[in-house]
Amino acid sequence: MFQYALKRVVLALLVALTVSLVCFLLVNLSTDVATAMAGEGATAETIDAIRTQYGFDRPLAIQYFEWLGRAALGDFGDSLYFRTPVAALVIERMPTTMILGTAALAFALLLSIPLGVVAALKPNSWVDRLTLTIAVVGQAMPSFWFALLLMFLFGVTLKVLPISGGDSWQHFILPSIALGYYATPAIMRLTRSGMLEVLESDYIRTARAKGLRTASVLFKHALRNAVAPVVALAAVQLGFLLGGSVVIETVFALNGLGYLAWEAISHNDFPVVQAVVLLISLVYIVLTLLADVANAWLDPRIRIG
Amino acid sequence: MPTYRYRTLLHTTLLAAAVAFAPPAEAGKRDNSVKWASNQVPESLDAYFNNVRIGVILAHHIWDTLVYRDPKTNEYKPSLATAWRWVNDTTLEFDLRKGVKFHNGEAFDADDVAYTLNYVSKPENKSTTQQNVNWIASAEKVEQFKVRIKLKKPFPAALEYLAGPVVIYPNEYYAKVGPKGMSEKPVGSGPYMVSEHQPGRLVRMKRNPDYFKASLKPQPRIETLELRLVPDQNTQTAELMAGGLDWIFNVPPDQAQQLKTVPALQVKAGETMRVVFLTMASDEKTPTPILKDARVRKAIIHAINREAMLKTVVGESARVIHTQCFPAQFGCTDEGAPRYAYDPAKAKALLAEAGHPNGFEIDLYAYRERPQTEAVIGYLRAVGIKANLRYMQYAAMRDALREHKAGFAHQTWGSFSVNDVSAMTPVYFKFAADDVTRDPEVRDLLDAGDTSVKPAVRQVAYKNALKKIAEQAYVVPMYSLPVYYAYSKDLEFQPYPDEIPRFWEYRWK
Repeated sequence: MFQYALKRVVLALLVALTVSLVCFLLVNLSTDVATAMAGEGATAETIDAIRTQYGFDRPLAIQYFEWLGRAALGDFGDSLYFRTPVAALVIERMPTTMILGTAALAFALLLSIPLGVVAALKPNSWVDRLTLTIAVVGQAMPSFWFALLLMFLFGVTLKVLPISGGDSWQHFILPSIALGYYATPAIMRLTRSGMLEVLESDYIRTARAKGLRTASVLFKHALRNAVAPVVALAAVQLGFLLGGSVVIETVFALNGLGYLAWEAISHNDFPVVQAVVLLISLVYIVLTLLADVANAWLDPRIRIG
Repeated sequence: MPTYRYRTLLHTTLLAAAVAFAPPAEAGKRDNSVKWASNQVPESLDAYFNNVRIGVILAHHIWDTLVYRDPKTNEYKPSLATAWRWVNDTTLEFDLRKGVKFHNGEAFDADDVAYTLNYVSKPENKSTTQQNVNWIASAEKVEQFKVRIKLKKPFPAALEYLAGPVVIYPNEYYAKVGPKGMSEKPVGSGPYMVSEHQPGRLVRMKRNPDYFKASLKPQPRIETLELRLVPDQNTQTAELMAGGLDWIFNVPPDQAQQLKTVPALQVKAGETMRVVFLTMASDEKTPTPILKDARVRKAIIHAINREAMLKTVVGESARVIHTQCFPAQFGCTDEGAPRYAYDPAKAKALLAEAGHPNGFEIDLYAYRERPQTEAVIGYLRAVGIKANLRYMQYAAMRDALREHKAGFAHQTWGSFSVNDVSAMTPVYFKFAADDVTRDPEVRDLLDAGDTSVKPAVRQVAYKNALKKIAEQAYVVPMYSLPVYYAYSKDLEFQPYPDEIPRFWEYRWK
């Protein structure tokens, strides 16, 4: 188990390094950062001065390794746009994104698990198809459009929820639904298949034979065993939701990492872009690593494979 | 279907449905406040360290300038300065107003002017808006209420800049806190004081009860202004309809038409100084040698129906322009310049005469107003010119033009709201980085206009330069761009071409 975990950790680090390199190259090769920073109307002399001042005239390899060395110590440089340390910006915005991601995942679980249980109880019936449709619609619908739909229904027409901002817990309801709905199908299908497998097992048959109530059979015995792989999947989905927060935070004007990424991309603020992409990638990699280790612990066959 | 069009269609459908069921929006008149929104986040509230429109708007509310330009007559009138005179071609002297106080109680005098201008004009202080201050050599205090500004060279548009982007800071406060502190807690002399600033989220301003009475900006009647930074335009619209906002701008034309049907709202279109034009590189290094032929350039202008575009993809309050400037700018005229009417047959004839009877293929670069670019492509295709759209960010497009990788581009220019041709035409025709035509005669004419302090001389020089540009068809001047404003029906508001909403004029009915 230790060897397996170690192997996964090394792989995770390599993935993180690769992500940082790709991100660095994509940002630097897509545009001239000095021009973007100088803005509309800047003279060539101004742009050259900025290029020299910030070291954009040095070879890319030197710029990358210098950045990597500082990043390892938590120093991501200064934001070219906001002119404040990137680390400070990230720390300021991270809690909003973590709250949103966690709330979205909670919504996804609250919706998916019951749907999965219902589908498993009536497999291949119209109930099964309906629950799957409900789940898949979430994945098929563009998240920004669904967000606007929620906004206009609950915020403009019914006026029961706030539309934008993050001043209170109510401000996180609509964004959490818009973001979390996307993760519903995967969790729902895994719950369904897990429940189907468990419901066929001998100990469930025994529990029923003993005369236990259906609810007790379902939730105390079946679901507890069926949901174990869902926990691992949820960890991975959380990382995915953090990445999807860029659109949702921008639409709902939530001041999180996703919105920071959007601002940074709009202004070619590449130190921030690199830091946010690296951070979200690291979170995703860590969560995937934890999911892999959890799965391997649950199922020893994975360790051997 | 392109992604943005799909997204636009979805948004418009949603909005139509919401408009049909929307309850009345509530006004902020209860507490005499106006909540408004912007989708731009200024990197700093310090006026000299941001180059976004919202920064310019805030600057006019928090600070004052030496000179006031009347937005209706374009006359220069006293503000923090009560009088001024040209001592010589490169020295302006100002008599300053007594009795003005900054928001922190500091008294205004010549030290404030001298310190502000000397600080922001020094390149080592890294002001983001260098083009607004790099004409200043120094500012020196003559007496407590008299100051002289020395220019690096004759720059007749100096007054325009001193009436617009060049605001005056309290010297003691600025020396202590610098640009970072000024951004966190702005202090000015203007009609509004910043009471709360949450970077990236909110700027709240309260009426300045001690605003100097002699100011030509009327004493504000709205007590509180709350600027919320809401990046998505559709979210702003939703907030306006729900009563969370009272005023928004830059509403897309199709949404503006729908919002007109909401009883609690009103929508107004205002022309802006931002003009749209097509650049055609005809210099020696052009990557599109075909554009060196004036007949080809003229064919392109004749091929595009600008009047029709105004009605279909541009919006109300805009107008077609015939020279490379905004009509109200000092020095701008189309007198004597040829007019190129929409005439596809003539366009084809010119192309045939130039040796391209079957048209040709060319890349057209653009960075905004994509529906307009696509309309242009459609018109060009009708005369045989196959234009391939290369849509990208502004910085990337400008790089491509400057590096002679792009020769044909759909551009816009807002002149930083400076009401003088010197902020517009020379940018593209005075052999600077963005000049892709390099006509020495045009350059010299513009230079004559830029460096004389005599208005009549300037006007003649600019007229001749603009005429030559039009005769050679170096660019395709298209139209001015409008901005749509949507706001509560109980709010009195008037737009101006410089795109600066003057909240100190607004009031609730």
